[in-house]
Amino acid sequence: MKQSLFQITENVKLTESIYRMRLSGDTSAITAPGTFVNIKLEGLFLRRPISVNDYDDNSLTIIYKVVGKGTEQMSKMQSGTLDILTGLGNGYNTDLSGENPVLIGGGVGVPPLYNLAKKLIAQGKSVSVILGFNTKAEIFYEEEFKALGCNVQVTTVDGSYGIKGFVTNAMEGMNYTYTYCCGPEPMLKAIFKASNTSGQYSFEERMGCGFGACMGCSCKTVTGYKRICKEGPVLEKEEILWEI
Amino acid sequence: MGNLKVNLCGIELDNPIIPASGTFGFGYEFAELYDINILGTFSFKGTTKDPRFGNPTPRIAECSSGMINAVGLQNPGVEKVISQELPKLAKCFNKKVMANVSGFSVEDYAYTCERLDKIDQVGWLEVNVSCPNVHGGGMSFGTDPAAAAEVTRAVKAVTTKPVIVKLSPNVTDIVAIAKACEEAGADGISLINTMLGMRIDLRTRKPVIANKMGGFSGKAIFPVAVRMVYQVAQAVSIPVIGMGGVSCAEDVIEMMLAGATAVEIGAQNLVDPYACKTIIEDLPKVMEKYRIENLSDIIGGVK
Ligand SMILES: Cc1cc2nc3c(=O)[nH]c(=O)nc-3n(C[C@H](O)[C@H](O)[C@H](O)COP(=O)(O)OP(=O)(O)OC[C@H]3O[C@@H](n4cnc5c(N)ncnc54)[C@H](O)[C@@H]3O)c2cc1C
Ligand SMILES: Cc1cc2nc3c(=O)[nH]c(=O)nc-3n(C[C@H](O)[C@H](O)[C@H](O)COP(=O)(O)O)c2cc1C
Ligand code: FES
Repeated sequence: MKQSLFQITENVKLTESIYRMRLSGDTSAITAPGTFVNIKLEGLFLRRPISVNDYDDNSLTIIYKVVGKGTEQMSKMQSGTLDILTGLGNGYNTDLSGENPVLIGGGVGVPPLYNLAKKLIAQGKSVSVILGFNTKAEIFYEEEFKALGCNVQVTTVDGSYGIKGFVTNAMEGMNYTYTYCCGPEPMLKAIFKASNTSGQYSFEERMGCGFGACMGCSCKTVTGYKRICKEGPVLEKEEILWEI
Repeated sequence: MGNLKVNLCGIELDNPIIPASGTFGFGYEFAELYDINILGTFSFKGTTKDPRFGNPTPRIAECSSGMINAVGLQNPGVEKVISQELPKLAKCFNKKVMANVSGFSVEDYAYTCERLDKIDQVGWLEVNVSCPNVHGGGMSFGTDPAAAAEVTRAVKAVTTKPVIVKLSPNVTDIVAIAKACEEAGADGISLINTMLGMRIDLRTRKPVIANKMGGFSGKAIFPVAVRMVYQVAQAVSIPVIGMGGVSCAEDVIEMMLAGATAVEIGAQNLVDPYACKTIIEDLPKVMEKYRIENLSDIIGGVK
């Protein structure tokens, strides 16, 4: 974990409510895809947790949806600095993927899969991606995943683009060695049931600190109590206990 | 440079800064960021006789200048604290630590304190009486002078370490409770714990916190905390630890003027993990500005 100041270098709108922010700064604490950062915003008490979408030696990319005061404020920032805690959470482990893993994201669960796909492809794996949205206007990053060399399928609930239905509809008949996913909990649970391989599932919880100090984000797992911010947000399929 | 030392119930602290229970874990998350030996001491996560998962999530809600938490005293239980957490802490903290203890019956408190009394690393026992009394209809020990005194006596009987009773602000007359604890043998009083609060999500029309209500803390509660610290310090002759919304060196001085011998910092650690380090570094400058040579001279300076 590291606290440092990042400079905003880009903040663009990807869809009606989704934005991408690029920042430059010290990314040395970020060690894996699927980890997150915690952002201090003017006038708000708690920091806002957002997944790492992509990073390199000195730049960080995040993709966020405007849902409330904090993300609204972020969407209006064109320049300036942000106080960010980096290197939070465990992240995805790429060693377990096998030769052709499938990456499944729903809505704002899509962003952390991008750097994961990049890492898996760099390791020579053949990566399939399923991106789930409600409707065509909400789709983002289909082209970006294709540009990495992934085999991409998009699902929309209303059928306005790609496969009509849920991400699980795209999983039918598919061959894959491992499942990585991130998205709303009902989606994760549906994937859990539909998937015939082991996998890693990324969860969300309201956070007080984001670095393991407050016990605000705990969950029960097969292997005991875990903090989503510290021993999570990524849990292995075999240890998940569903509460919904 | 001014002198920051204070004496807390017979143990000298290098400075009066103490991270508050529940906001500093068992220290090691912060030890990754800075040398936590610069602290006066810290109060570790509220520990109970048996392990506890705590409340369902969401446990956290944002508020203007503060937060609500309903963690529900998640902790591994006193045996694991002694066998796992404290040995791990010893690797990064070489000072006496403050053991924060909670219970749901008088016997619980006494049991946990007796176990921690044997531990050399523990300097003080901070007894959190804000918990519901399962034998007393679920009413908090801290809302009744007689119940708070009973816990104090039971704990004093099993330990030779200084016993600091931590009071809840959710009462009509905090002075009566502080006095009852002093009479029952408490060596110090710490206050305030969190204030009962609630937030509602307009979209779902449901409480944000799964437990509906929770403890409100952070900057917003500072004036209430200063008032209560002042009232209690005026009424008792044992040391008082002040806390509630402290976020900078000036707040520390204000708490001490109100009557605090030492000052705990809670929620601010969660949003600014360097908060205590920054306060310790800023204190000498602020002392100079207000012409304070010995921090201990200003304790209770406001009459
Ligand atoms: C590990 C993790 C990774 C995340 N990654 C992303 C991401 O990459 N992109 C993205 O758009 N969103 C992500 N989120 C969700 C994001 O944190 C919330 O949407 C954001 O905090 C909302 O803040 P706000 O002020 O706009 O909303 P408000 O509703 O005003 O926020 C009020 C409080 O609730 C908290 N909160 C609200 N929604 C959530 C939520 N879904 N999860 C956790 N806390 C919440 C806020 O942090 C804040 O403390 C992630 C959440 C977690 C826990
Ligand atoms: C997340 C969280 C957990 C807490 N857990 C405990 C606890 O276990 N025992 C206790 O005595 N107080 C606990 N407290 C209360 C704090 O120690 C402190 O009394 C209170 O938060 C007021 O200080 P602040 O405004 O600086 O946070 C907790 C507070 C927070 C925010
Ligand atoms: S958010 Fe504080 S422990 Fe996870």
